[in-house]
Amino acid sequence: MEFLTDLVLLSNSTLRVATPLLLAALAGLCSERAGIVDIGLEGKMLAAAFAAASAAAVTGSPWAGLLAGIMASVLLALIHGYVSINQRGNQIVSGMAINILVAGLAPTLANAWFSRGGQTPLLGNEARFTEITLPLADTLSSVPVIGDVYSNVLSGHSMLTYVAFASVPVVAWVLYKTRFGLRLRAVGENPEAVETAGISVVLLRYQAMIIAGILCGIAGSSLSTALGAGFIRDMSAGKGYLALAAMIFGRWKPVPTLLACLLFAFVDALQGRLQGVELPLIGEIPVQFTIMLPYILTVVILAGFAGKMDAPKASGIPYEKNR
Amino acid sequence: MKPAIETREISKRFGAVQANDQISLVVDKGSVHGIVGENGAGKSTLLKMLFGFYTPNSGDILVDGEHCRFSNPTDAMSAGIAMVHQHFMLVEPFTVLENIILGAEGAGLLKRACAEASVKIKKLEEEFGFNLPLDTPVSHLSVGERQRVEILKALYRGAETLILDEPTAVLTPQECDQLFALINVLKSQGKTVLFVTHKLHEIIAVTDAVTVIRGGKVITRMATSETTPDQLAEAMVGAKITRAVEAEDRGGAAQARLRLTNVCALSDMGHAALDSISFELYDGEVLGVAGVAGNGQTELLEVLSGMRRVTDGEVTISGKVTNTSDHMYDPIMLRDMGLAHIAEDRLKTGVVSSMTGRENAVLGYQRTNDFSKGGLLKLNAIADAADTYYETQDVRPRDPDLPLEALSGGNQQKLVIAREIARDPEIMVIGQPTRGVDIGAVTKIHDQIIALRNQGKALLVVSADLDELMVVSDRIAVMCDGKLAGIVPVDQADERTLGLMMAGDASTAEQQTQASV
Amino acid sequence: MNAAPKISGVVSAIVLPLINLVVALLLSGFVVWLIGEDPVAALGFLIEGAFGYEEAIGYTFYYATNFIFTGLAVSVAFHAGHFNIGGEGQAMLGGLGLTLAVFWLGDVSPLLAIIGAIVGAALFGAGWAYIPAVLQAKRGSHIVITTIMFNFIASALLAYLLVGPLQRPGGQMPESSDYPDGIALTKADELLELVGISFEQSPLNVSFLIALFAAFAVWFLLRRTRFGYEMRVVGQNAEAAKYAGISVPKVTVIALMLSGALAGMMGLNELLGEQLRLIGNFTLGYGFVGIAVAFMGRNHPFGIVLAAILFGAIYQGGAELGFEMSKITRDMSVVIQGLVILFAGAMPHLFKRPIDALSARFKTRGNV
Repeated sequence: MEFLTDLVLLSNSTLRVATPLLLAALAGLCSERAGIVDIGLEGKMLAAAFAAASAAAVTGSPWAGLLAGIMASVLLALIHGYVSINQRGNQIVSGMAINILVAGLAPTLANAWFSRGGQTPLLGNEARFTEITLPLADTLSSVPVIGDVYSNVLSGHSMLTYVAFASVPVVAWVLYKTRFGLRLRAVGENPEAVETAGISVVLLRYQAMIIAGILCGIAGSSLSTALGAGFIRDMSAGKGYLALAAMIFGRWKPVPTLLACLLFAFVDALQGRLQGVELPLIGEIPVQFTIMLPYILTVVILAGFAGKMDAPKASGIPYEKNR
Repeated sequence: MKPAIETREISKRFGAVQANDQISLVVDKGSVHGIVGENGAGKSTLLKMLFGFYTPNSGDILVDGEHCRFSNPTDAMSAGIAMVHQHFMLVEPFTVLENIILGAEGAGLLKRACAEASVKIKKLEEEFGFNLPLDTPVSHLSVGERQRVEILKALYRGAETLILDEPTAVLTPQECDQLFALINVLKSQGKTVLFVTHKLHEIIAVTDAVTVIRGGKVITRMATSETTPDQLAEAMVGAKITRAVEAEDRGGAAQARLRLTNVCALSDMGHAALDSISFELYDGEVLGVAGVAGNGQTELLEVLSGMRRVTDGEVTISGKVTNTSDHMYDPIMLRDMGLAHIAEDRLKTGVVSSMTGRENAVLGYQRTNDFSKGGLLKLNAIADAADTYYETQDVRPRDPDLPLEALSGGNQQKLVIAREIARDPEIMVIGQPTRGVDIGAVTKIHDQIIALRNQGKALLVVSADLDELMVVSDRIAVMCDGKLAGIVPVDQADERTLGLMMAGDASTAEQQTQASV
Repeated sequence: MNAAPKISGVVSAIVLPLINLVVALLLSGFVVWLIGEDPVAALGFLIEGAFGYEEAIGYTFYYATNFIFTGLAVSVAFHAGHFNIGGEGQAMLGGLGLTLAVFWLGDVSPLLAIIGAIVGAALFGAGWAYIPAVLQAKRGSHIVITTIMFNFIASALLAYLLVGPLQRPGGQMPESSDYPDGIALTKADELLELVGISFEQSPLNVSFLIALFAAFAVWFLLRRTRFGYEMRVVGQNAEAAKYAGISVPKVTVIALMLSGALAGMMGLNELLGEQLRLIGNFTLGYGFVGIAVAFMGRNHPFGIVLAAILFGAIYQGGAELGFEMSKITRDMSVVIQGLVILFAGAMPHLFKRPIDALSARFKTRGNV
């Protein structure tokens, strides 16, 4: 019975932890499908987390926070877009520049505005996206298994978690069922074909950057206004890179990316549960080692498989018209 | 009737280069009009202005007698002009249908857009005699089929005038015939076709009128029926080209310099690329290798030059087994044995275009004692070698410190040739010797190949250009689908037979050979 | 068909990076203004803090030493066509190797211990780059992501060792015992005194000279050796490398290990020059700054030395700025770094066109 309870708790936190990861991975997916590599997910998330926490702290509204988070992330996405599309710069360097810039800027601004050593004030529940209890969750909780799963795993997350999971079918639908999606996929494979078909490569790629910015903005906001209650230094903790790895593992496709994110989130949740637990035979694993788990998993997954084959062909290559 | 397209003295300049100089062109409606000119004559620039990729610096473009200004391909398209590019503008993972509708989808939802489009496409297919698998990804189609997708794409967008840019460069002779048939259908349905090529017999075969361009200017415009290939060649090149070197009869050599025995190899994608290939190459002969691109020629060159391990069979060079499934001489060992390799894709493989001429002059030979010792480069020796290569092959501009990308394709190729013949190799494997090289340099390269043969070297030349192979080869091997379709002595070969072999129709080819003997 | 490059080498190598630097500083000034401080005064404090007095200069060059190592590390990998973003982790492991060597050889002889420390730092740094390098070369695993993951893993590993087996007995902080007496790199002031020059005390030490030597060695490797040539061929065109008989995986792995060794040697300056013990997260983001340094220095060893001094000044001046202005913290120098990478690294040609136009106008006037 204890095992079951553990499993339920673990599943619950898996979904929680998956929220920012999934949104960021979908952001990366939209960007790379349009032919732009986005190593700057980390920085965009961190910027959104900071902006959301600041706005929520000042206004007391999580919605204002979310809006600010999205705006910050979109702004950075547009900068990355300008570098990649107009300047035809190195997309990896640009992404790293954004990550480093935000890693310095967020605590600098936090310190100047709130004087709390680079953090934002702790958010009260009214300024956060709090847990939502799904309809009938309390009533059904006594039903074995199904009720348990419904009320203790699926119910009780913040709105942003549900947004994250709803984004998967939405992104998949846009990508595969609409005219816009067709063009987006085409521009990541062969931008010249798109240009000669009379569609603007530049415009399409900027649109993709904005979508990626919005998704990444929600991801970052969820860190500071849903999972956490305020901004703390380096709170993205490599999730942007993990998201990118999940997207590669998911072969640039929405549903497999979802599964990859769930795997990462599960390992992350597991490492949280393992801290301080005595395991049979091994004993207690030092916390530093459990922390390594998601990172090691990422390396193992990337090693286990050469992802190059499925990558959009034009991804990362600056497009030069009139060549 | 007003001409379908007319240009009045249009010019285009890029920096110091006058790419097009007051070009006036008249293309009659419902005709097939040829444009010929050698590489760099300004054909591409002209085309790009006609379909809106470039805007002219001066002059006018008239479509059906109306003045037009195209600022992008969409403008040209709405005036009814479409381009079929030499490199197809197709999205490989997409289906034929998705490729056709891309950019002209109509409905916002793909399901509806596809349904509406299929009806229209079916009608066009009937009208023009297409039969394309609409739901198959383009990556599964043959080159000829892809080209038809491009043409159908243009018709779908309501093109009245189609510009075909070097459409036969990638086709087998049989596919060319199909294309010519299609062009005739297009003409009969009232479409206008602008046909760009540098192959003169195609002009004679398919066009009604022809315009010759040289050095960015129009040299002449003629009705096709009133001209001959010789006339066109002279107009195109300016002066008559004379061949300096003739093949000498050297008699048979005793021992094979190169022998392949049942060689099999995989492509990068893991498909069977070479399927049990066996042949021999003797000193003092040129063996041409013909075939439609992608039928194993690339892998053959790699297997010979130590860049790809065979999966079965063996390669023997100068009596040594150099490539089997369990060991392979690397390119450096092969060069030491006297094998020189001129890569078929110069920019991708044969040079490092961002590095200087000097650095490129030793690429592949950097470990020889001439150019390095104890791990250190001999910079003076490298500089001397580069100077010599530039001098002997007349590479211009004569500055080995310039990055190679500052040189024209022909001059890059000259440096590569100089580098590869510098150490007096016994055997040379050469891929696409004149691709991207201007016509003046082509003859010189052919002369060099024949001269090397006359010196007793063994040469294997892979080319997509049958005419080229007919000029330089003693025997021509034809590859189809990874197999050797046959080897024909050049005096018994003709383009029709070779073409049938390239298309995999060996039995017919055999009958024809027998009939011709 | 494309227009010939009009810009001269000097303009592209010096003027454009300088303009990019100025723009990055202007934007940083905007951030300073945004948080309610005076940008002009801030710039004054920054310059004064970096070059105003001997100790400041010592600190500037002390930080520059770190950046030369990490900048060279990024650059060597980049010449071979790869992004080594794992400088942080490689430096941490380098520090570990150095510390182990010092404790192991410390009782034998100080000289041996120092030689061992240099070798240990390089070896451990190279070793930490080895796995991502092999995964990239053999499996095509995205090295940017794997090296970042190895940074996190290295950080956790060091944290474990410094609160566990390597922790100073009885200590509370995540740090090792002090190195044995007398095992340290000579300080600049002591060295200068030998030749009769007096210089204020600062952490600047002999590793600056080691770093300069490393820069020269990298230049020599790239321009004068066969391996350097082959490495650059691999970096520019891997297909051509195969054609030339160069083993791309082998060169990739060796180049990335060299890169890791250079990053690992950063610990010489930080640990063996100043701290004299291993402390957790002593790398403080210097590995990432290497990216900015390498791009600002156009991936040329000489340029990297200059860029490293510049970043040393920003770092030292930024720290002083933090003391002088209450609303500004050390994070400000990270902001400046990010902006410099963005402008000098990702958009090197942002101001190429205006400068081209300007120089063209200048030339025509000169002709008249």
